[in-house]
Amino acid sequence: MTGTHPLRAKRRRSALRTAAFMSPWLIGFSFFFAYPLLSTVYFSFTRYDGFRPPVFNGLGNWTYVFTDYPLFWPALWNTLWLVVAMVGCRVVFGLGIGLLITKIKTGTGIYRTLFSLPYLAPPVAGTLAFVFLLNPGTGPVNVLLDAVGLPTPGWFTDADWSKPALTVLALWGVGDLMVIFMAALLDVPKEQYEAAELDGAGAWSRFRHITLPNISPIILFAVVTGVIQVMQYYTQPLVAGKVSAGVIGGSGRQFEPGYPDKSTLTLPQVVYNAGFQRFDYGAACVVALVLFALSMAVTALLMRRRGGLIEAGD
Amino acid sequence: MTEVAVVVHKPRVVRHKAVLQWIGVHSLGVAAALFFVLPFVFLFLTSVMSDQQALTRDLTPDTWEWGNYAKVWNTPGFLTWWRNTLLYAGLGTVLTVLSSVPVAYALARFRFRGRRLSLLLVISMMMLPPQVVVIPMYLFWAKQLDLSGTLWPLIIPMAFGDAFSIFLLRQFLLTIPEEYLDAARVDGCGEVRTLLRVVLPMAKPGIAAIALFQFFAAWNDYFGPQIYASDNPAAWTLSYGLESFKGAHHTNWNLTMAATVLVMAPVIVLFFLAQKAFVEGVTLTGVKG
Repeated sequence: MTGTHPLRAKRRRSALRTAAFMSPWLIGFSFFFAYPLLSTVYFSFTRYDGFRPPVFNGLGNWTYVFTDYPLFWPALWNTLWLVVAMVGCRVVFGLGIGLLITKIKTGTGIYRTLFSLPYLAPPVAGTLAFVFLLNPGTGPVNVLLDAVGLPTPGWFTDADWSKPALTVLALWGVGDLMVIFMAALLDVPKEQYEAAELDGAGAWSRFRHITLPNISPIILFAVVTGVIQVMQYYTQPLVAGKVSAGVIGGSGRQFEPGYPDKSTLTLPQVVYNAGFQRFDYGAACVVALVLFALSMAVTALLMRRRGGLIEAGD
Repeated sequence: MTEVAVVVHKPRVVRHKAVLQWIGVHSLGVAAALFFVLPFVFLFLTSVMSDQQALTRDLTPDTWEWGNYAKVWNTPGFLTWWRNTLLYAGLGTVLTVLSSVPVAYALARFRFRGRRLSLLLVISMMMLPPQVVVIPMYLFWAKQLDLSGTLWPLIIPMAFGDAFSIFLLRQFLLTIPEEYLDAARVDGCGEVRTLLRVVLPMAKPGIAAIALFQFFAAWNDYFGPQIYASDNPAAWTLSYGLESFKGAHHTNWNLTMAATVLVMAPVIVLFFLAQKAFVEGVTLTGVKG
């Protein structure tokens, strides 16, 4: 009795202490994650415009979104396109730039700074700059392409070229991946390269058999986080579409998103369109839940394949 | 014996190869640098063109119109956007750091039931697109608390921990050797004193990294201000205002580019001042799994 009492008191103290330290996040999680997520599920089964009280309508919103809502499937298709092209190009390019910088012996700091800067440019500012640079008639890029006799695409004004234009913009901001790949490349044990060199392995063979296996966890990490970024892709395609369409005024409530021809439409834009332009909160919540399911599936992949994210420190 | 032969021959061959490699690597480096830097250069050159010239195919200005910057600066609302952005980014950063540090410390150092689950939920929250929960959140802030047209719905949640900051800081705190903490405990420090006196001074680089990222995130945020502030121009931030600025001056690429330069400049200056924290933060989220 006298032996257990102090122990139990100690345990209670430690539980209280944990709760106290965790409290900001416990409140944040409940109010800004759990509660709104459950509400989103509830609203997805109701007809709701935000003014009259929500009315239960079963799977009505779900069938509407999947069969009749003209923006949903184009947005999903664009997401797939951007996942393959944008994530693929960014990882290959980021790795290439990372390799290049580890090979450069002088002025590394200057190169690293120059390559990182665009990553930090505010997305709206960067997008505006690229809409200007890729302006089909007068933009510097087409002026230069024209000068060397290459074809001059319509970029953000052509439905076939708008996603490649967004991909170029995303490549410009590859600084984050460069930093991650650089750190990973510097961690590859030097002895392995020296041993391979003694065995007469060429540069490609060393890259293929030593570099790639050593950094493959980082490549997977870059791919998975890249896919998640595409799921959240919002500001750049929206601003590019609005500005190239010449939409005037601030709120843009009248703007039909995805200019040109829904080619820059993404799922987050569809949530905004359904909820805040059409005031169809039920349909918006359906799209939000599709987005949620996709994001969590990708996150689960990240945590399954890279238990380290959790395990470290256990 | 072969070793001797190699030693005799190596220097010249190696020097030759090294020079070629130096040239090759730096030409690639310069080409890459042009790709990353030229957009900034054209942006700047256009920002000092005259109204007429900005509409032509010219790449360099005939006359340097520095007055464009004054014109942008004096555009009604521009200063308000600055004030709002500084309020959102500054206050948001302070609140995020204050609320995320204890949580990250508990997740890194305390042993308790549900710790793994908490960490899983932090990561899930970090990966969640903000659009997933925006409808109920908007209804809550706008209809129940009547705070639409202000930045408070964006700032207040920062006082309750930010998932990305918690995760990044936890990764950082794991790199601090346990022995320092044990020593503090043996000296009779409670957890709060240990955190304040021992951990915080050692965690400065990690805290600098989350502060930097949070500041950038708020500075760059477009979606949040669009949802809560779009109806009230007095609450617009630079990111949101910049896009509408283009709308209002849709033929004036020179003024739009001058405004773009003004919005990018603080971020770039901040990056030069805090490069180390940036590299440290990016590396921690990506590599130290």
